[in-house]
Amino acid sequence: MPYQKDFLLKAYRSMKTIREFEERCVKEFEGGNIPGFVHVSNGQEAIAVAACIDLSDKDIIGSTHRGHGHCIAKGCDIGSMMKEIMGRVTGLCKGKGGSMHIADIDKGMLGANAIVGGGPPLVNGAALAAKTLGTKNIALSFNGDGSANQGTVMEAMNMAVVLQLPHIFLYENNGYAEGTAANYGLGCESLTDRNAGFGMPAECIDGLDFFATYEALKVATQRARDGGGPTAIEAMCVRFDGHFIGDPQLYRGTDEIKDARKTQDCLKIFRKRVVAEGWLTAATMNAIDKEIMVEIEKAVADALTAPHPDPATDLMSDVYCSY
Amino acid sequence: MTNFSNDPKIAGKSSLKTIREAINDALRAEMRRDPTVIVLGEEVSGGAGCPGEDDAYGGVFGVTKGLMPEFGRERVIDTPISEAAIIGAAAGAANNGLRPVAELMFFDFIGVSFDQIFNQTAKFRYMFGGKSKTPLVIRATVGGGWRAGAQHSSMLHSIVTHIAGLKVVMPSNAYDAKGLMVQAIRDDDPIIFLEHKTMYDNTCEVPDEQYAIPFGEAAFPRQGTDVTIVAISNMVTRAIEAADILAKEGISCEVIDPRTVSPLDDEAILESVEVTGRLVVVDEGNPRCGLASDIAGIVAEKGFHSLKAPIRTVTAPHTPVPFAPELEDAYIPSVEKILAAVRSIIGG
Repeated sequence: MPYQKDFLLKAYRSMKTIREFEERCVKEFEGGNIPGFVHVSNGQEAIAVAACIDLSDKDIIGSTHRGHGHCIAKGCDIGSMMKEIMGRVTGLCKGKGGSMHIADIDKGMLGANAIVGGGPPLVNGAALAAKTLGTKNIALSFNGDGSANQGTVMEAMNMAVVLQLPHIFLYENNGYAEGTAANYGLGCESLTDRNAGFGMPAECIDGLDFFATYEALKVATQRARDGGGPTAIEAMCVRFDGHFIGDPQLYRGTDEIKDARKTQDCLKIFRKRVVAEGWLTAATMNAIDKEIMVEIEKAVADALTAPHPDPATDLMSDVYCSY
Repeated sequence: MTNFSNDPKIAGKSSLKTIREAINDALRAEMRRDPTVIVLGEEVSGGAGCPGEDDAYGGVFGVTKGLMPEFGRERVIDTPISEAAIIGAAAGAANNGLRPVAELMFFDFIGVSFDQIFNQTAKFRYMFGGKSKTPLVIRATVGGGWRAGAQHSSMLHSIVTHIAGLKVVMPSNAYDAKGLMVQAIRDDDPIIFLEHKTMYDNTCEVPDEQYAIPFGEAAFPRQGTDVTIVAISNMVTRAIEAADILAKEGISCEVIDPRTVSPLDDEAILESVEVTGRLVVVDEGNPRCGLASDIAGIVAEKGFHSLKAPIRTVTAPHTPVPFAPELEDAYIPSVEKILAAVRSIIGG
């Protein structure tokens, strides 16, 4: 067996937790319990988990507006996450950030980001600190396919090569930059070819396949830890929901999502593989599913009864200077 | 509901329209009139290269909906997510014969594109000795109230107002939105056109025909003699509400909506303060180096002898916009805060 059982259980648990968390976010949003607008990552779980499963809290990730899965994969507490997304004072950012700005510095989660391309330059900084201080820690930025066309991202990629930073640029290519086709916004045929043009190792992998994604990330992570500089990985995947919850998704094909849920579900693909290989049994995973449902239920129940922030004390706290 | 006492009444047919529809009207009619007017930005049509419907969004707030089917993708251009390149392309095209209307979606994205706006676009005319013409409109949504958090809710109008070489337009109702957009498109200088995202569904009577509202001419949605309240964008509605409450208490407020903050109709404000002797400025932006302190400064300098009481400003606190509804509601200036500010300077 090429993978330890504990590793497989951890991977499955993490992926399934993301799936159920996201699908519950959709329900809670529709039920009016989550303010604002929310971008969920269901369908893309394998990439988040493959990227983070071997990272420590000292390794830093930067995320996107679609960041819940990255948080969970990096070890953020789902109870504190749900509270944050519902705007409660006991949430990860005291209710000040919300879904699009959720962060957990203690877990090495530098933050979701509501500015497309906002993260990678900052993640370069985390990588620079690791390199300068000689910690052997690495940094990884999650990028949507749309962010590839931001100047900030291209500048960060070039600088990472120039300074040989331990930074993995991980692209989640779900085919859509908001409501525009990824390959419309991308002038060249292949994002991976463009990434290679920056002078770093670049590859394109099947992001629905946890194992293929993990193996690519493992090589990139080791390279970064060994001082070998940055890597770019483009993981092809599918977005099960809209750009945001409530997006009518008129731009998608008929039955596209239904079909994707049937044939392009990374969780189903994982389960099929591990059962076929005899690595895990369906019964084991079903038991994990039940535990996760209980955990999600508790996270939601706790969040719904969690205290709201008090403007008198919380509005003006955490500022550099008061006026 | 709004009395635009200094606007010429437009004869002819009118109908109840939202701000969204009014801006769409202005864009459509100007695009029909002038083939050099183009629209570009992220998702201004939506669905580019996708298997499903075209014009899937028409802008994330639906303001440009229907323009692509009528004018085609040559003139309604969905761009990659590349704000610096969007603004640069729009400014360069404006210098070379087009009249682009570029959309920044959320004005918070100004950060990504700021060099193209303030170092390039804003400086062309002056820096090139008056030889450059940049008929460019940059549309963007501003403001809180959507629970969109710190990076999608900023009120950054004061930053662009500070920059010489930009005109800054902030309509508070559908009638003004249409007339100011027409003026913006026909204007030969770069315009920042800021639409408050909570106001798109607000309606009022809007004439069907095209009309332009000149920049630098304030509107007076309420006339009064005791206190002058200057408010912009979303805050105009709240200032009117406060004025109506105070009117029942016998306090007569004049509400001034500058409509454009650069150029600013400071004469209208000074003339009003000459009568009332009292000034309250309401602004959803942060307090330091902001529009409220700017207007207060102008009146303190040029209208000091008219003042019977200290100037009051009602602004957001000096923090980013918080996410939690309780915090965001406390963040945005409320009618109650406007009432308190007025009462604090009125007699007794």
